[in-house]
Amino acid sequence: MSTLLQVIVSGLLLGAVYALFSSGLTLIWGMMNVVNFAHGEFVMLAMYVAFMVFTSLGGGPAVAMPIAAMVLASLGVACYFLLVRHIMKGPMLAQILGTFGLALFLRYSAFWYFGSDFRTLPDTILGPPFIIGDLRIDASRLLAGVVALLVTLGLHLILTRTSLGSRMLAVSEDATAAQLMGIRPEHMQAAAWALAAGATGIAGALIAMFFYTSPTVGETLAIIAFVTVSLGGFGSVPGALVAGLLIGLVESLSAYLIGPVYKDVIVYILFVLVLWVRPQGLMGKM
Amino acid sequence: MVFKIGRSSAASLLLAVIAASPAAAQDKIKIGAIYPLSGNAASAGNSSKAAIELAAEIINGAYPDLKALPLAETAGLPNLKGAKIEVVFADNQGTPAAGQNQALRLISEEKVVALIGAYQSGITVTASAMAEKYGIPFLTPESVAADLTERGFKWFFRSTPVASDFARSYSQLIREQKTAGRKVENIAIVNENTEYGNSVSKVIKDVFAKDGIAITQQIAYSANTTDVQPQVLQLKEKNPDVVIFISYTSDAILYAKTMKDLNWKPAILIADDAGFNDPSFVKTSGSLVEGLISRSAFAPGKPGSVSAIIYDMYKKKTDNDLDDASARAMQGLLILADAINRAGSTEPAKIQAALKATDLKAEQLVVGYNGVKFDEKGQNVLGSSLITQMTAGKYVPVWPKDKATNEMVLPYKGW
Repeated sequence: MSTLLQVIVSGLLLGAVYALFSSGLTLIWGMMNVVNFAHGEFVMLAMYVAFMVFTSLGGGPAVAMPIAAMVLASLGVACYFLLVRHIMKGPMLAQILGTFGLALFLRYSAFWYFGSDFRTLPDTILGPPFIIGDLRIDASRLLAGVVALLVTLGLHLILTRTSLGSRMLAVSEDATAAQLMGIRPEHMQAAAWALAAGATGIAGALIAMFFYTSPTVGETLAIIAFVTVSLGGFGSVPGALVAGLLIGLVESLSAYLIGPVYKDVIVYILFVLVLWVRPQGLMGKM
Repeated sequence: MVFKIGRSSAASLLLAVIAASPAAAQDKIKIGAIYPLSGNAASAGNSSKAAIELAAEIINGAYPDLKALPLAETAGLPNLKGAKIEVVFADNQGTPAAGQNQALRLISEEKVVALIGAYQSGITVTASAMAEKYGIPFLTPESVAADLTERGFKWFFRSTPVASDFARSYSQLIREQKTAGRKVENIAIVNENTEYGNSVSKVIKDVFAKDGIAITQQIAYSANTTDVQPQVLQLKEKNPDVVIFISYTSDAILYAKTMKDLNWKPAILIADDAGFNDPSFVKTSGSLVEGLISRSAFAPGKPGSVSAIIYDMYKKKTDNDLDDASARAMQGLLILADAINRAGSTEPAKIQAALKATDLKAEQLVVGYNGVKFDEKGQNVLGSSLITQMTAGKYVPVWPKDKATNEMVLPYKGW
């Protein structure tokens, strides 16, 4: 019984991490109808930033999170002005291949610069795990879970309660009308990229604390992010949170109770079933 | 001025290349090497690549202090007028389809005379099928899935010892521990579920069954996973005495971390080489798996020995320790080059015949095999492995006794 409780807690924390690194992807979609196929590579770069912050400055997540957020936000803005702004004028296929090309560029640049070695941060970076009875909670995973909730809440508040959020939403709904109202669409879209990539930076810095870092780690994580975002509803930040938690929980329970090789099958069956009933995702708008 | 010099030297270089190329075309013997240079096994693949490059340097240059190795003392292949080996690398991207395409490209476009690779057993299956189709010798120095040599292929050779060899070593080790009074009743196998993990776990089960050892728990999982907590919790629930991991690198790292996070360890932890022997696993996670038992065909011997010199050369070239899989890859190229030299020709059929006649002695090798001699299925019948143990962040040989440098220390300590 105590093991089952551990499985559930581990699954929810894992799900919170899934939600955390998916929020940036859903934001870009919601704001601009662009699928960022380089999202996994953004996470990967943020993980390397955290790694470099640790090795060169000796800092933990408190230092790595803001630095990774700033580096990635700048990268997001650069990607917007140098690439995305141009391909958005093209057909849908150009957008897909454009960000996919960006993904390959970033991945193989990482191979070239960092090499193919796996790296990990010392597992004692945040101190010992929390122990409640038989339950063990790794400190870095707990921190990631808590930050996931805060980031989701923060993004949701920015989008719904601030004038920046309203202006971004206005541009996403009708860029021409927004422009007539004195909003510059390009500025708002660049801000959306900065916000999304910055959130991704925080996610990567946290994941690096308990996961391995390698140039291909983005590939492994990106698949989950896409499933999370489409299950939660493209464009919905709270949807990504709910979907992330759900996927983490279902993965853990099915792997523990049925067998690890079946967990993906069960997650994808659930995914297909939900989309069958609600093609817009759990919390997406039609 | 600088520009001018650059241009004229570039021009003369170009002339030199043009002048040299007809001769160069004769003097180079192309061998294709298919390895995972990207994808999840990239760190292992790139280590093997560096080792194969080192083997090519040793063949192509003159290394009198390595004269025990065939072709090391002389520059190039003496029977082919000192021709040099050129290794053309191709990236299998960790997928069987890419491995197959690269094999085809190397054969049809690069015109290689032989192929070596392809690390993952599942990829060796597809890549070697291409070589078989086109009649080009394919040597795998590291893929251990049992079925590879059971396909009736005529152009396929395998120099590494196979799963049944390791399984017998593991079985003997467990029985010895039982005799010594250690509790080894419950044994779990945790394997990744592609060709490598599935076939090795099956062979271990068969060999153990013959020796009267029962496997009480088996957990198969997908290597490219984001989370291994459920697997470790399944182990924790059943609490086996012995666990045998058959894993690649990324999953091996996650297991090492997660076992510590969830605070569970068995009395004996065995890892079947692969991921747990990847230098980047040893670097990142060595301190979490003190006392882990693995296997290796390579151990740097006494100073001045061939293996010690090679170990130093590799360390100097890559800044990494020469690991087991890379040492076996290196040995693979040396075996191929020896065969091509004895064939005295680059004709595939003659190389195939020379490979079949290979008869290398233990002292002519970099790795610790008893020799190299292929049976009619292409399997090296003299392959053997050492049992190693993680001791202070490094694998040291602990078994068999005559090749051990350290005593085996049990139970497993972990972190």
